[in-house]
Amino acid sequence: MRFVDEYRDAHLAEEFGRAIAGVTTRPWTIMEVCGGQTHAIVKFGIDELLPKSLTLVHGPGCPVCVTPLELIDKAIAIASRPEVIFCSFGDMLRVPGSTTDLLSVKAQGGDVRIVYSPLDAVRLARAHPERQVVFFAVGFETTAPANAMAVCQAAQHRLANFSLLVSHVLVPPAMEAILGAPENRVRGFLAAGHVCAVMGCSEYEPLAAKYRVPIVVTGFEPLDILQGIYMCVIQLEEGRAEVENQYVRAVRREGNSAAQRLIREVFQVIPRKWRGVGEIPQSGFGLSAAYERFDAERRFDVAGRSVQEPAECISGLVLQGVRKPSDCPAFGTRCTPEHPLGATMVSSEGACAAYHRYRRAPA
Amino acid sequence: MPTDFPSNCPAPLTDHTQVLMAHGGGGRLMQQLIERMFLRAFANPLLETRHDGAVIPIQSRRLAFTTDSYVVRPLFFPGGDIGTLAVNGTVNDLAMCGARPRWLSAGFILEEGLPIETLWRVVQSMRSAADAAAVQVVTGDTKVVDKGKADGLFINTAGIGLIEHDLTLGPSQVKPGDAVLVNGDLGRHGVAVISVREGLQFETTITSDCAPLAGLVSALLEGGIEVHCLRDLTRGGLAAALNEIASTAQVQVDIEERAVPVREEVRGACELLGLDPLYVANEGRLVAFVAAKDAERAVAIMRGHPQGGGACAVGKVLLDSPGRVTMKSAIGARRILDLLSGEQLPRIC
Repeated sequence: MRFVDEYRDAHLAEEFGRAIAGVTTRPWTIMEVCGGQTHAIVKFGIDELLPKSLTLVHGPGCPVCVTPLELIDKAIAIASRPEVIFCSFGDMLRVPGSTTDLLSVKAQGGDVRIVYSPLDAVRLARAHPERQVVFFAVGFETTAPANAMAVCQAAQHRLANFSLLVSHVLVPPAMEAILGAPENRVRGFLAAGHVCAVMGCSEYEPLAAKYRVPIVVTGFEPLDILQGIYMCVIQLEEGRAEVENQYVRAVRREGNSAAQRLIREVFQVIPRKWRGVGEIPQSGFGLSAAYERFDAERRFDVAGRSVQEPAECISGLVLQGVRKPSDCPAFGTRCTPEHPLGATMVSSEGACAAYHRYRRAPA
Repeated sequence: MPTDFPSNCPAPLTDHTQVLMAHGGGGRLMQQLIERMFLRAFANPLLETRHDGAVIPIQSRRLAFTTDSYVVRPLFFPGGDIGTLAVNGTVNDLAMCGARPRWLSAGFILEEGLPIETLWRVVQSMRSAADAAAVQVVTGDTKVVDKGKADGLFINTAGIGLIEHDLTLGPSQVKPGDAVLVNGDLGRHGVAVISVREGLQFETTITSDCAPLAGLVSALLEGGIEVHCLRDLTRGGLAAALNEIASTAQVQVDIEERAVPVREEVRGACELLGLDPLYVANEGRLVAFVAAKDAERAVAIMRGHPQGGGACAVGKVLLDSPGRVTMKSAIGARRILDLLSGEQLPRIC
């Protein structure tokens, strides 16, 4: 398949592995930010091609993982209402809240539907004026433009029965939180290619300069990731700390300005709580004042819930690259994809779930 | 009559207090339901072979018996409909027991309001599929339920086939060194159905691989191939079938990602939707475990058959980690190919 097979060439991958070993003279810890990259690294076994002195740690870029438990409880409360058609991307449905999950709500008769685009939810709202259609707007900067577009369309059509349950988070503030933490050991980043396709690369330049870390905007296929690591190691070895773009086939420095305009129109930057990490200032999107009538939290009065996470779970440390999934005593025993204790086991892109699925020790 | 199963014993411990879609998804939850509820309640040696059908000895003969229910939405999709599925699915379950399928039953659960024209189209498809597979529908049942109580039309078929050879087929026959073969490209049925159901448009229409496999199995057996185990790759796809066999036979199955045939358009659709073709359903595909010495000849026989044009070897049986399915990835590293917990769900980004 074009644009996929070229980037999964076994021979080139091995050559990249050798090239990386050839330029690495010291131990370095590099974080891939995005859960899609973590998934690819573990699924394809990319880290097995790297020299032992390089450590890859897995970042916070899994939107399902970092969605706070109380927000999932809110989603469940809203989806359980008889007048509501609750729309979501598929992978949010089995994430457990504090007592149940959306799939169970569906089994009890709740109208919970998987959609492939937030615009499908707008279409549903137009087709069912007697029902309240709520879309679970989860994701990083990547999914924000389509969600903003859905709100714009709903406004255009004067839909009083469409709303968003917003859980949007932003990459740069999370990277800053990791870099600013005293236990940080990350020396270089592979930034999330698709986030940068929307937002561009320039917002990472102050981070690279302030914390003296190389940041390489990287794609998601095995050769993308290997090239991103190669570029990052070269910078580390040469003592440079710049923003570079590996994913040139998708990312321009200025990003997608039409998408950014749409985001600015509909959303405003607000503080957000990250599951496993805690609140990070100015780290997410909420609906702006002009569009707050589309906010499902206001419409259904579910504000002000708070839930405790299991104390045993180290997912916060995993999300910040301080620990690896296999360091956790509960991994694969008390914590499995069927019974996740925390953030990083709940989604297939969470680091713990990826380890569990692809590389448990032989039984 | 077994006495150790009192009728007042509590519902078996499962992870959920109610049935979820994933209990029918071919993954770990379904396995749990079967093991903790059905196998316990109905315990008997025929059931415990856990094959696609039961093989029942009657005097000097053996017959195969199986049943399956069909609940596909939409009823019609490129390459087939619920009627072709209802015949071919049961025919294929019999074929996987090494039997020649002969007689089917057909039970219809019809929703009030279903157009008679729709039912007639389905029945005609069933007739053509039965003719193509050389089986007869010899008994049946019809029930109608209130509007809203069924999705148009559900069909159950049961089937009986005759076993006309002395081989025993099943996971217990799988041996280290066996070659693992498939009869063609994977994932088309599941992607064809989801494309129509969700209204997804691709450049080319992906058609279901729905087809009867009994002829192909006969060709292998008549060709003298030492076949050890056969499994059709329906719900849960190749990954689920291999996991079930590895776990029942207590062997390791090792496959190569690059060797597994998947068409361009199916791979494209799966990349887009965040699905893995190894877990997607097929309706005309099987995996065959055959003695290594016969592997090449088995592939050649399958390729000479209309249902096996894309046949190839995808892996082999090892003993290193029993119960595990492993896969060499496209870039050469080895990883686990696990059962999914529930259904495959499309990803956010």
